[in-house]
Amino acid sequence: MDKNTSLLQVRGITKTFSKGTVDEVTALDDVSLDVNAEDYITIIGSNGAGKTTLLNVIAGVFPPEEGKVLINGNDVTYLSEYKRAQYFGRVHQDPRVGTGAKLTIEENLAFALLRGQRRGLKIAINEQRKELFRSALAPLGLGLENRMDAFVGTLSSGQRQSIALTMATISNPMLLLLDEHVANLDPRTAQIVFDLTEMIVQREKLTTAMITHNMECALKYGNRLIMMHRGKIIVDIGHKDKQKLTINDLINAFEQAAGEKLVDEAILLSRTEL
Amino acid sequence: MDAVGVILGFSFYEGLVFGLVAIGVYLTLRVLAFPDLTVDGSYTLGGAISAVLIVEGFNPLVGILAALAVGLCAGVITAVLNTKLRLPALLAGILMMVGLYSVNLRIMGGANVSLLREPTIFDQAGELLGIGSNSIWVSIIVAFLTVVVVLLILNWFLHTDLGLGLRATGDNEEMVRGLGSDTDMNLILGVSIANGLVALAGAVVAQAQGFADVGMGIGMIVMGLASVIIGETLFNPRGVAGLLVAGISGAFIYRLIITIALRLGMAPGDLKLVTALLVVAAMAVPYIKKKVRHEWIPPAERW
Repeated sequence: MDKNTSLLQVRGITKTFSKGTVDEVTALDDVSLDVNAEDYITIIGSNGAGKTTLLNVIAGVFPPEEGKVLINGNDVTYLSEYKRAQYFGRVHQDPRVGTGAKLTIEENLAFALLRGQRRGLKIAINEQRKELFRSALAPLGLGLENRMDAFVGTLSSGQRQSIALTMATISNPMLLLLDEHVANLDPRTAQIVFDLTEMIVQREKLTTAMITHNMECALKYGNRLIMMHRGKIIVDIGHKDKQKLTINDLINAFEQAAGEKLVDEAILLSRTEL
Repeated sequence: MDAVGVILGFSFYEGLVFGLVAIGVYLTLRVLAFPDLTVDGSYTLGGAISAVLIVEGFNPLVGILAALAVGLCAGVITAVLNTKLRLPALLAGILMMVGLYSVNLRIMGGANVSLLREPTIFDQAGELLGIGSNSIWVSIIVAFLTVVVVLLILNWFLHTDLGLGLRATGDNEEMVRGLGSDTDMNLILGVSIANGLVALAGAVVAQAQGFADVGMGIGMIVMGLASVIIGETLFNPRGVAGLLVAGISGAFIYRLIITIALRLGMAPGDLKLVTALLVVAAMAVPYIKKKVRHEWIPPAERW
């Protein structure tokens, strides 16, 4: 890997939905972004700003109309999602997306363990793997390590999301993508999952991009902050400046960059919540 | 043997053979969530291939293996239609079923192939065991060995990393892709194996009954479905092994019901209707029960 090459380079990505219809919407408008090793980026922006679309293009869920995605300098723009998955761990907003309900906890983890590797004819669950899973689940403090043969569909949202997070990180992804992964959880559970995230990211030194709707979280976590608006990245603040940043600074920065008042209620309201 | 013994023995044998079809249906419908109607065609395909090969002078065992192979191919085509050409799974299966009808006619060169005075695996097994090929025991032993081997292999396979990928694909495709596994390939592999098993069953049945017939597969999918549902309803199994055994047991009970009904004087032609009603009842009763108790009911599957 070239020393000067970023882990992930997003170059001039444009993505339009419902092209040629009255519903045409430009979700990403010439977006470029470099993600460097051990970046912990929080991505903030109002509804429809293009945050999730950006993660989808990076993960290869759909290709962009224009632009390139490079991983370690290699063009992966048109590489299919499952082939690209070797680089990414991802946790979605909905816990159901990231876990298999009809599989047991240990089966989910065994499936996640081989992300990006060839799946062969070895028995998926063995003692060695179970030991590994137990040690990955124990720090969650949910007691899941003692009931690894439970079907994931029988668990609560918080438990499922904790497992999804464990699944996304168990095979040390090059980049961890978090898409408002606590937004569907009740405040207490959300805090638990947040703390878990922080613990895992710090412990494994994972390069992370986290979408959040919450300004306080965006400031509190991570070492770099990105704000998106109408398909563009309008603010990109690095570690040094981020430490001194307050919510009011953030609102000012937004209004300066976007040239309009910040009116998204969800963002403003979430100043007071977690 | 007395009448009860005959009924039980015969049902046991048939339950075993049709249990293979049930396992095929279980694999597509329950493991992969892929409602595959190819079954009616691939069952006949297996019967046709094995019968024709025997008439051509091949060893009956070769006929069985060839049936397995062509069944695997039929499944590949169905799954490719769905995954690569984006036809809905139900339509892909129906098209294959219809198309295979012509293929089967071509293979057999007519509506049926007789195996009268031709050797079958049952003759071979009877010779090997020294009890003659006409005993029901030969049929039971052959079918039992086939099913045990298939179940052991399948149970092992579904517990491997690759097999887990198949189960995960039937559960949550988005997750599977996100974790770097190719859902298309998983579906192709799974539907292929299922149809291989179904064709294998067709070959065994053709050799047991002494002929292959272009209509022998009609209603097989419904029968397989009935077996799976009966097994699930009665045994409420948990885990892969349990579900596999429940499928076989369901097939046995289904055949038992059918055999008794025939003994009681039901016309053979009415069988398909009875089977269809059985499936309707098995699927509707749990729903009606919940409705009466005002329980939450998930929306009906559209497949």
